[in-house]
Amino acid sequence: MTQTNFLKLVMPFKDKIYRLSKRLLVSKEEAEDATQEILLKLWKNNNSIEKYANVEAFSMTMTKNLCLDRLKSKQAQNLKIVHSNYQDHNVSLQQQIENTDSVHWVSKIMDELPEQQKIIVQLRDIEDYDFSDIAKVLDMNETAVRVALSRARKTIREQLTNKHSYGLR
Amino acid sequence: MALDNIEQLLEKYDNAETSLAEEAQIRAYFAKEEDVAPHLESYRLLFQYVSVTKEEQFTKELPLQPKRNKTYQWIAVAAVIAISIGAYFQMEQMHQKTTLEDLSHEELLAYNQTIAVFSLVSSKMNQGTSNLEAFKLVSLKLNEGAGNLGYLKDFQNTAKRIIRYN
Repeated sequence: MTQTNFLKLVMPFKDKIYRLSKRLLVSKEEAEDATQEILLKLWKNNNSIEKYANVEAFSMTMTKNLCLDRLKSKQAQNLKIVHSNYQDHNVSLQQQIENTDSVHWVSKIMDELPEQQKIIVQLRDIEDYDFSDIAKVLDMNETAVRVALSRARKTIREQLTNKHSYGLR
Repeated sequence: MALDNIEQLLEKYDNAETSLAEEAQIRAYFAKEEDVAPHLESYRLLFQYVSVTKEEQFTKELPLQPKRNKTYQWIAVAAVIAISIGAYFQMEQMHQKTTLEDLSHEELLAYNQTIAVFSLVSSKMNQGTSNLEAFKLVSLKLNEGAGNLGYLKDFQNTAKRIIRYN
């Protein structure tokens, strides 16, 4: 497979890999590193890539595993991943919006969710995945995914309502 | 979209029973609606966050090393081996001395014929050389003549002396 073909194949979901890594690793730099590593791994095995029926789902599973491994090793070292993305001098529009409190709350609430629920919410609400695809990535059955998703959505909303009304009072 | 309609959808959403299309509908509703009912405010925040996050992109560049084709590398190795083997056998052949016993019947025949032709040519050449003897004879005679011219010179000298005394 040539470089152009590879890029064409990977382009549609490289951002999804990045967003999932960022959801799990929180820090922007960590997420970028992880994404880079995943893509380079795919590139290194680009001969066997074509054999996979669904490269995107495969990459997502890889991303999930890599990020969870990283989290585990960080916890083992008793180091916390730095949450705040300090260095960002060019304040993009997106950054501005993100910094507005309300949106910031949502991301904070999501950071508190268990890893599995984080992944499910990410894949479903942000990336619009089918339940069957999510089940494949996580190696769960669809009902379990639905239950976990419902639980996560309710938690997020509950917390959000609490915070929001607290803010109003 | 009617309020109770969206509320129904949201309840389904909370139970994770909405389809992807319905979720897109909900998102569209919250993107369009400026003022939502107060009890839906938390949903608005959530979907605002979702649409913002959707736009996030991976911007770091990807250092892809162009992979070298391994088959070509092996062809190069094979070529080097083939060439050295060829060279080795060539040298071997050059060092080997072939004797008449090594030759096959046809080769021996050809060899003998060649030798016969060469000796024929050589004998003709020798004949030609012997014919050249005649020239040698002529040359000898010419030299003799030249020697005889010495007498003429003596005669001339004597003649000059006589002229001087007179």
